[in-house]
Amino acid sequence: MKHFEIQNTKDTRSGFGEGLLELGRKNPKVVALCADLTGSLKMDAFQKEFPDRFFQVGIAEANMMGVAAGMTIGGFIPFTGTFANFSTGRVYDQIRQSIAYSGKNVKICASHAGITLGEDGATHQILEDIGLMKMLPGMTVINPCDFNQTKMATIAIADYDGPVYLRFGRPAIPNFTSTTEPFVIGKALMLNEGTDVSIFATGHLVWKAIEAGHRLAEQSISAEIINIHTIKPLDGAAILASVAKTRCVVTAEEHQLNGGLGDSICQLLAANLPLPVEMVGVNDSFGESGTPDELMKKYGLDAENIVAAALKAISRKG
Amino acid sequence: MNKYSAQELAQMSSQVRRDVLRMVHGCKSGHPGGSLGCADFLTALYFNVMDHNPNFQMDGINEDLFFLSNGHISPVFYSVLARSGYFPVAELASFRRLNSRLQGHPTTHEHLPGIRVASGSLGQGVSVAAGAALTKKLNQDNKLVYALMGDGEIEEGQNWEAFMFAAHHKIDNLIVTIDLNGQQIDGSTKEVLGIGSDVIEKLKAFGWLVLEMDGHNHEAILETMNLAKTNTGKGKPIFIVMRTEMGYPVDFMMGSHKWHGVAPNDNELANALGQLPETFGDY
Repeated sequence: MKHFEIQNTKDTRSGFGEGLLELGRKNPKVVALCADLTGSLKMDAFQKEFPDRFFQVGIAEANMMGVAAGMTIGGFIPFTGTFANFSTGRVYDQIRQSIAYSGKNVKICASHAGITLGEDGATHQILEDIGLMKMLPGMTVINPCDFNQTKMATIAIADYDGPVYLRFGRPAIPNFTSTTEPFVIGKALMLNEGTDVSIFATGHLVWKAIEAGHRLAEQSISAEIINIHTIKPLDGAAILASVAKTRCVVTAEEHQLNGGLGDSICQLLAANLPLPVEMVGVNDSFGESGTPDELMKKYGLDAENIVAAALKAISRKG
Repeated sequence: MNKYSAQELAQMSSQVRRDVLRMVHGCKSGHPGGSLGCADFLTALYFNVMDHNPNFQMDGINEDLFFLSNGHISPVFYSVLARSGYFPVAELASFRRLNSRLQGHPTTHEHLPGIRVASGSLGQGVSVAAGAALTKKLNQDNKLVYALMGDGEIEEGQNWEAFMFAAHHKIDNLIVTIDLNGQQIDGSTKEVLGIGSDVIEKLKAFGWLVLEMDGHNHEAILETMNLAKTNTGKGKPIFIVMRTEMGYPVDFMMGSHKWHGVAPNDNELANALGQLPETFGDY
């Protein structure tokens, strides 16, 4: 099992903030809109340096999505910022009609996604956002795994013409991905080659998958670990190539099992390579208040859950 | 484009109304009432008020832009777009049919020239127009952004977010007109969800400059729209309360909400067309 150096421990939202600032400096067409969460989204540096390209919309997310759609007309690239809950479920129809169906080049940037939002509890912990967004025709859905990758993804999506949902989070987590390897939308990243089981993880679960890979190695199990930062479009070729080799699968995500990454991978495999899949995610439940670590443990999103899922998947191989 | 006089606009409006009725009759569905009611206004916009380019470019740099928020009056929108040169008039016959660019509600998805955003799900157009107006400012483009919304539609909360936003950010290159016909699907707007004190006072309180006009008098429309133009750039977005009658001027279609979303039958169509001179040739 490959060793990954932890460069530091940082929140992915700060990666977004830094990426946005860098984008502001290199692309004068990038504008930012925020619904009263500038500090939480780490958009304050962009706001300070580019006050003429930053628009405070207040606690009015529906309007923010419409304004963003309108701002694309005339060539700007709007990045909207609020929590994932208010970036998706609250404004689904606005995104559907004014952005997705209208094919607008809006980048919907969503922080505090998932259960690791923590103490604020279930009203704010959306676990359905990937599903909501991936169902929209033409929507790209990206869930990077650490600070570096979130920063690179933020920069990369400005160069892609079309609506994007970029999902990131609140807690500080290990920052380990390379800053030299370019971020390519839709391209799965091989983290560790293995032969016994393919673990496909996204977002905060990628580091958990690496931890799980080490524990599996202690049991002489060779896990192939692949970071699926782009849930849509899914890198089907990379997934199928891995599963053809390992013959069983674990998916891991901080999201409902319904509608998430695992759901997409199961669709792919059912049509092409029907082999055992075990899914790590939240099973049809809302979250609750607690610390991120406590919640990840209680809701079955920890390294130990990935290990158990891997063992079960391997046991189901024919 | 040559700017039409009030008299020429009246002639074009008659043709546009014939288009509306024939389109809705042709596919046996659609929304004739509000389309007829807004025919005078939209004809005035596209044949006089706006400086626009029928060689359609999505970004619309250095031209006025229009956004239709109440997308269900698509028949009148499609007619004025076709009649002002965005696409062939003959294409109006494809309205609401399979494989058509003229979807039931306007969309960019089928790449119909003249449409810049999808609308139909109500309450979204003012936000989009405000965004487009902000972009014009960033681009130092001095042209204006127009939008039309329905009066029932103002019940959607997003409009009030947009009203606050446009006033706060001093989006003073934006002119939003409301079609105040007092009717919505379930009855009069007063019965369904009364706005309380009138819409004029509400919009003034939200920080907009509010004007009023008769939506069936082309001279009044041109005068008010010109007044609106001269009041742009003064720190306030502009709201025009346009009084219309749903179904105008077809006698049996006026005065109720019945014709909001019902197509006329053959006899009703003949009766209605008999009241509207064919001025520029039917499609």
